[in-house]
Amino acid sequence: MSARAPASPLVRIRGLQVAFGGLPALRGIDLDVTAGESVGLVGESGCGKSVTWLAALGLLPGTAQVSGSVQLGGEELLGAAPAALDRVRGGRVAMIFQDPASALNPVQRVGRQVMEALRLHRGMDGPAARAEARRLFDQVGIPDAARRIDAYPHEMSGGQNQRVMIAMALAGRPELLVADEPTTALDATIQAQILDLLRRLQAETGMALVLISHDLGVVADMCDRVGVMYAGRIVEHAPAEALFDRPAHPYTRGLLAALPEMTGPRRRLDAIPGGVPEPWNMPPGCAFAPRCAHAAAACAAGPPGFRQAGPGHQAACVMPARAAVPA
Amino acid sequence: MSLLEPAGASLLELEGVSRVYSGRRGLLGRRVPVRAVDHVSLTVAPGRTLGIVGESGCGKSTTGRLALGLEAPDQGQVRFAGQPIPPPGGAEWRRLRARMQLVYQDPLGALDRRLTIATQIAEPLAIHAIGTPADRRDRVAALLGDVGLRADLGGRYPHELSGGQRQRAVLARALATDPALLVCDEPVSALDVSIQAQVVNMLTDLQDSRGIAMLFISHDLKVVRQVSHQVAVMYLGRVVEQGDPEAIFATPAHPYSRALVSAIPTPRSSLGPRGRERIVLTGDPPNPANRPAGCAFHPRCPLAIAACRAEAPELRPADGGRLVACHLVHPPSGSFA
Repeated sequence: MSARAPASPLVRIRGLQVAFGGLPALRGIDLDVTAGESVGLVGESGCGKSVTWLAALGLLPGTAQVSGSVQLGGEELLGAAPAALDRVRGGRVAMIFQDPASALNPVQRVGRQVMEALRLHRGMDGPAARAEARRLFDQVGIPDAARRIDAYPHEMSGGQNQRVMIAMALAGRPELLVADEPTTALDATIQAQILDLLRRLQAETGMALVLISHDLGVVADMCDRVGVMYAGRIVEHAPAEALFDRPAHPYTRGLLAALPEMTGPRRRLDAIPGGVPEPWNMPPGCAFAPRCAHAAAACAAGPPGFRQAGPGHQAACVMPARAAVPA
Repeated sequence: MSLLEPAGASLLELEGVSRVYSGRRGLLGRRVPVRAVDHVSLTVAPGRTLGIVGESGCGKSTTGRLALGLEAPDQGQVRFAGQPIPPPGGAEWRRLRARMQLVYQDPLGALDRRLTIATQIAEPLAIHAIGTPADRRDRVAALLGDVGLRADLGGRYPHELSGGQRQRAVLARALATDPALLVCDEPVSALDVSIQAQVVNMLTDLQDSRGIAMLFISHDLKVVRQVSHQVAVMYLGRVVEQGDPEAIFATPAHPYSRALVSAIPTPRSSLGPRGRERIVLTGDPPNPANRPAGCAFHPRCPLAIAACRAEAPELRPADGGRLVACHLVHPPSGSFA
């Protein structure tokens, strides 16, 4: 089994599957998140990294077919009553997204939106809520919080709006923050600020962080453990350092080789040939086999199970040993 | 003329180019001139790539549009192959446009959803009246091959292609008129890493085989380093550092370039950011409508001195054959130092 943290987990996902219109988007995810840790999920568009958490929190449209189990502190979330889910979302588990401007209400002052979260999740009202909103604005590093609390989203920059979203997420005192590409729409210097902020908040509050990103650098920078997803499955899972120093799955190795670097000699990029398989055209065995330089007959036999590639390091590959040479 | 390229060697020259828009301060504020591009001088040599990096609002895309003559500069001059670019829209400008093409971030937006890929690749040939219909068919087939698309994909519509395939189709169309210059504005930013590498390799291959010059505009320093022979770092409409990408990315001299380079997270943990000093700038990039006095970067600069608030530094030669606009690199001679 993959992705299990040693201690008893805060979130325990088992066999999570999602299909849209009969086409599989998520094909069996096992993942644990322990209190206070930071877990990264990386992969390319459509690999299921966002769907995993939207499904876990009951945020997918009703047409999605979801099965498996998602437990938060032992309580099952899949199929839970709407009222129970409402308490969890924005409460014990908060989520922030790529585009803060579209997640915020454009015609409501940002402070009010944070106070709304305080009312819902902590029963706060009036001056107490306003004072707490102001404290949260300070905590997320919005300068001149006393005045900015009355601003509208369009009066703030993208980075400031993301800070507002984070303040709103913190309003419910979450045990877990799921950040889905939180810095993808931001400029590099602002991305550095927001990542810094998330790191500091995690240290201050002890919350766990799930960071969903297409950017291997961001995940390497932020996370203790990393899961690499491909075509609806986790294909490799390891402590961050092991993953980036000794990637075992050919897909992970391919992703790292495809990235240009900031230092060292310039070399031709090793692109991964072909593209991600369409959901209606999934290969029978390993989904990566058609693009894999090491593919053999065994790869088509069935979806490969996890094999140990090091301490806490697993790869879903029939021959990870061959691939597991230093990158 | 750029200080870094010998005269006469350049295909594209921007000389002291400025572009001023009318903007507002705030939603209902009074109209103020916004200098999107402010006195920028750059050159691109034939067959070489000039990378432009910088964050939103730094003027890099406007610089690209000025280079193509899509917009006329309010000051300065843009020359292509030694000749001033004619005003946009005229017959002369259209003729010139066959030799300079634009590729931008969103291939789906660049393609017409109602026309097949082959029809769209043939379009520039029809517009510029190049070849007979039979010639054009052959040319389209060859172009599809050049960008690594299967011939049968020519008969498909844009929505039937993946993002990477669409960007290849856009490139094939840009190459149809055999241009001497490609202006690429964030050409791979919307693509996944594995596909991005395919397109980046293809761009460098096409440059090698066809000798195309490129103006490569991107926020992604790693991609720019990969493709560029020269690089310019822009901040709020001005070039703050310019030169060899190896030198600039390894030892950035301008405090803004330094912050930009240090902000790039890298997955190599051995030299990763956890063991590396990261400069986290305070504040947002300023609004071009509200440009700080002196050096525009001084309010965010951890090293600013009095001179930085008073006087805008000029771009001047510095170590390693580069140009830098910073008072710390070139201490001002006046009383500020």
